[in-house]
Amino acid sequence: MRTVADLQKGEKATIEELAFDEIPLALMEMGCIPGKQVVLIQSAPMKDPLYISVNGSHFAIRKETAERIILAKLLCDEI
Amino acid sequence: MRSKKTVNVALVGNPNTGKTSLFNQLTGLTQKVGNYPGITVDKKQGTCKLGAEQTAIITDLPGTYSINPTSLDESIVLETLLDNDHENYPDIVVVVAEVENIKRNLLLFTQVKDLKIPTLLVVNMADQMDRKGISIDIEALKTILNTEIVLISARKREGIEALKEALLRYKAFDTTPLQSISDKIDKAYFEKIKSRLKGFSTYKSWLLITQKNPVNFISEASRTIIESFKKEEQQVKKYQHKETIYRYQYINEILKKTYFIDRSKAKDLRSNLDRILTHKVFGYVIFTAILLIMFQSVFNWASVPMDLIDVSFSNLSEWFKKELPQGVLSNLVTDGIIPGIGGIVIFIPQIAILFLFVSILEETGYMSRVVFLMDNIMRRYGMSGKSVIPLISGTACAIPAIMATRNIVGWKDRLITILVTPFTTCSARLPVYAIIIALIIPDNRILGLFSLQGLVLMALYILGFASALISAFLLNKFLKVDGRTFFIVEMPNYKLPSLKNIAFDVFEKTKAFVLGAGKIILAISIVLWFLASNGGKDFKNASQIVAEEAVSQNLTPQELESEIAAYKLEKSYIGKMGKIIEPVIAPLGYDWKIGVALISSFAAREVFVGALSTIYSVGSDDEGTIKQRMAAEINPITKEKRFNFPAGMSLLVFYAFAMQCMGTLAIVKRETKSWKWPMLQLVGMGALAYFTAFITFIILK
Repeated sequence: MRTVADLQKGEKATIEELAFDEIPLALMEMGCIPGKQVVLIQSAPMKDPLYISVNGSHFAIRKETAERIILAKLLCDEI
Repeated sequence: MRSKKTVNVALVGNPNTGKTSLFNQLTGLTQKVGNYPGITVDKKQGTCKLGAEQTAIITDLPGTYSINPTSLDESIVLETLLDNDHENYPDIVVVVAEVENIKRNLLLFTQVKDLKIPTLLVVNMADQMDRKGISIDIEALKTILNTEIVLISARKREGIEALKEALLRYKAFDTTPLQSISDKIDKAYFEKIKSRLKGFSTYKSWLLITQKNPVNFISEASRTIIESFKKEEQQVKKYQHKETIYRYQYINEILKKTYFIDRSKAKDLRSNLDRILTHKVFGYVIFTAILLIMFQSVFNWASVPMDLIDVSFSNLSEWFKKELPQGVLSNLVTDGIIPGIGGIVIFIPQIAILFLFVSILEETGYMSRVVFLMDNIMRRYGMSGKSVIPLISGTACAIPAIMATRNIVGWKDRLITILVTPFTTCSARLPVYAIIIALIIPDNRILGLFSLQGLVLMALYILGFASALISAFLLNKFLKVDGRTFFIVEMPNYKLPSLKNIAFDVFEKTKAFVLGAGKIILAISIVLWFLASNGGKDFKNASQIVAEEAVSQNLTPQELESEIAAYKLEKSYIGKMGKIIEPVIAPLGYDWKIGVALISSFAAREVFVGALSTIYSVGSDDEGTIKQRMAAEINPITKEKRFNFPAGMSLLVFYAFAMQCMGTLAIVKRETKSWKWPMLQLVGMGALAYFTAFITFIILK
């Protein structure tokens, strides 16, 4: 099971699920929603935080959050 | 419906959409920053003429990504929009969106629109559309969103008139909610809410139910019902998530039909810059370089205006001395009030220049990259990447820096940042450092390149940052405060800074210093003046006593006057206070005179230099003269120089750590709403200062 934390720089993938005990609403409101494509733009040292782009938004999240964003297995070209 | 000449307009929008640019364009110099009652959120308001007769009161609400607040600032948005009786309840809401992030911006738009308030959509940075290959079918979007849309370029002042015209028509706006999301989520559930909470729209009731903090403008009965719904916490959360998903689905559908990007035309400045600026190595190198340039410029540029201010105020003082009839009033003005005000004004150049840099870094979008780069490091010390901004600002003045902690979301992160910010070397410490360094460090160069004095000053800066980090680390370990934080930081597009925005920002922050520290510095200067110019019997008879003693010494009249002033100070109330604390500070290598300077600088550090000049009766603020007198001062017991290396180092360390700023304490009290934290700073930093100064003195002696 891959998560956003496993992405390589520049790699694209589709979000399958947000596997939090309690999904942060702010994360969804930023555009991070299952079915959407995510791109890893840049990672800080130790891969934390991660600078990603989802659904037209660009933002940084910590590794602990990225590890909860599960990716779909297949690559997806849909935007 | 009330009929009135003024229209209440609220500006709502995501951060970085240019909402503030638009506010500045609409209101210009009429804007004022106040406070919302009871909380420390800045309230920005201004007026704007809409037409011949209509005036609008424009309120710039804090930037937010959603109507659901994650911070105190953001909760103001919700409260203003929900409370019909709120004095700023808008007649019309302007949602500011930006061409590139329109999808996310529309989330907030649909939320506001569902509140049944007349809502207008402004799409900013329309001038960038061509360059980014974006085209929007505005007419279609207008129809679907059932709203007026105005394209603007706030920085270029394009579209502002069209916006004003549209605002004039606010009464004709259709306030039907966009879609019945409630039906999609769980029709029965929302019917139940609707039937139980009368007088509120379904969406408004829903918002009241989803908020963690109870709002105070609703009746007791409604509140009880809301609380009963709140109990099913899991369900409420689930529905909130569903709501967001549905809203995005809806927005995606709309944009598919109305919003087009030709990627071949898009020139991607963002990714090119980010490749370097957020790079694992270059990112940090560039950030360090920017910091160095920043501090260097602050020193270089500020010295000229500072000297000018210094000279002007002493001239002013002299002039008043000549012009005013001699007496208590004249003394109060020339020795209390004018030096007091001068002591505030002299810091304005440094503070303004530093905030100019901070403001440019924020405006361009670079600061978000710094937050990204520094988060990992800052987190180890119990703070967040966002703490970097207050810590840098703290090198100007801790007061606006502490106010800048408001956008740190987690309470624990924020509290720790507030508590450690005063360790950073603020402008007020510099004059103290400068004079002591000049006294105890030889003016040599190392390797013929680096000035030794400069290196010591740099070491003190590093000491400031290091002690902030170490104390944050300890506070993080021992502080039992909950506040799990969720970190999310938008990386906005790079922008050229707008002069107008920067000017307003620098002005506001400098004002925070002048009003926050200034009032207190002025008040304390007057109290100090009183304590220094009054005393017991010996004080009153000073001239006689000194004159009698001096008969044999053959003094010039000027020397005699200095001797009298020094004697007066010794016998004044403040001199007595210095003597009282002498036993306490003797272990640090200080005598009663330094004690007087310490007491004087309790309210504000920089008063130290002025106090010393009085104590050593030089009669002028000329640094060279004070320095000579201080250097000549002999410890009567050891027969050594008073300001020798150990005592000087001990003083430097003391000033690096001690919390000698009433203005900061007052602001910490305001921001934390408790005396507990400023007291912890005062006592904790004071104890640390005393202890380390003691150790320094013992080791070096």
